[in-house]
Amino acid sequence: MITVLDYGAGNIASVKNVLDELKIDYLISNREIDLCKGEKIIFPGVGEASFAIKKLHLMNLFNLLRILKKPFLGICLGMQLLAEKSDEGNVTCLGVYPGTIKKFEDTSLQVPHMGWNNVNHNSDNKLFHNIKSGELFYFANSYYMPENEFQIATSKYGITFASAMMKNNFYGVQFHPEKSGAPGIQLIKNFIELC
Amino acid sequence: MVTKRIIPCLDIKDKVVVKGVNFKSLEYAGEAIELSMKYYEEYADELVFLDITATEEKRKTLIELVKDIAKVIRIPFTVGGGISSIENIYELIFAGADKVSLNTIAVKNKSIITEAAKKYGSQAIVAAVDIKRINDRYEVFIKAGKEATGLDGIEWCKELQDLGAGELLITSMNKDGTKSGFDIEFLSKVEKNVSIPVIASGGAGKKEDFRDLFLDTGISAGLAASLFHYNILPIPELKKYLSENGIKVRL
Repeated sequence: MITVLDYGAGNIASVKNVLDELKIDYLISNREIDLCKGEKIIFPGVGEASFAIKKLHLMNLFNLLRILKKPFLGICLGMQLLAEKSDEGNVTCLGVYPGTIKKFEDTSLQVPHMGWNNVNHNSDNKLFHNIKSGELFYFANSYYMPENEFQIATSKYGITFASAMMKNNFYGVQFHPEKSGAPGIQLIKNFIELC
Repeated sequence: MVTKRIIPCLDIKDKVVVKGVNFKSLEYAGEAIELSMKYYEEYADELVFLDITATEEKRKTLIELVKDIAKVIRIPFTVGGGISSIENIYELIFAGADKVSLNTIAVKNKSIITEAAKKYGSQAIVAAVDIKRINDRYEVFIKAGKEATGLDGIEWCKELQDLGAGELLITSMNKDGTKSGFDIEFLSKVEKNVSIPVIASGGAGKKEDFRDLFLDTGISAGLAASLFHYNILPIPELKKYLSENGIKVRL
């Protein structure tokens, strides 16, 4: 069973609908016990970073999430919260990945970074099984994860940034696989079946 | 690089799609779910649903429809029309909408933009602006184009960005339903004055109109309704044409 972590700030209906389509057994919860019970965790994040971290503290999940050993997939803000720090609300995050989440600063760019962008991966990471490098995925973000040693894919918007991450059991994607048509469904399927 | 987005707009009345000309005279254009699936399969980049009935009673029907749409399409979609409170926004997002579009309420109660952006993120808040060109002025209209506000189009767009909107959906009322091309002049001015993405609406009649929009301005998305609903210009044909003209699109 997959546990979908819902801290009450956004649209988890989309992730739920994809899991339904894939006929996956899942539970939507914000309780410690359900995170312990789930074989894998999906963490769809939307909203603002410091608000989300505050919620995780209030739900007593902050420390638990950091030490999980099971496959974990953070989506969008759910990936950013795995970094050490975020400039959005200047908040200390979970610290699984190194580095600080930054805002797109280039004034010639439209921010939020909104729409379909290429995701380039040259790794043979299981998360991208049957997904070609350069495939388009849907993004909606104003902040990004700078390039780092744990990136498994990058995208370009003014600068090049890490659009997918993996460190041990912690996977993260900046884009929304649940909103990216067939390649997105494939990615979620890969996480569930292969990671 | 982000692709230019092609967005079909579905005006919803009692679960069916209708289309008006110059904000008036409605005609039946298809079933909402069927059209949504068709557009999803044709690689539309996003969808926009505008509820044009929007009475409290009908709103429940809309929520059910949003849930059904979210079940079958895997691309982002925006829902708007008659949103009057944070609770309305919550209901729509909870039902599966990725973004909500706010128009009249943004003029009546600006703080709702800021409050909603704080709660759901700017990326979920689309500010819709209906603009009518009167001589050399661009004035903002509300209540589905029925009421003038006295607000200047450019100033209002800048303010919406400052309030926290993550995207602007600009409809040129003079152009709407005329198929005479987008209002490039005004749209270009808006785009130069804000840093958030802008969706252009009103006037698209042929593929060249989209080409001109994307080549002549920094606008990131073009929206149309009847052009797609009646299959006058199928989305795959439009995208192929844009791609051949050096415009990056998702094929």
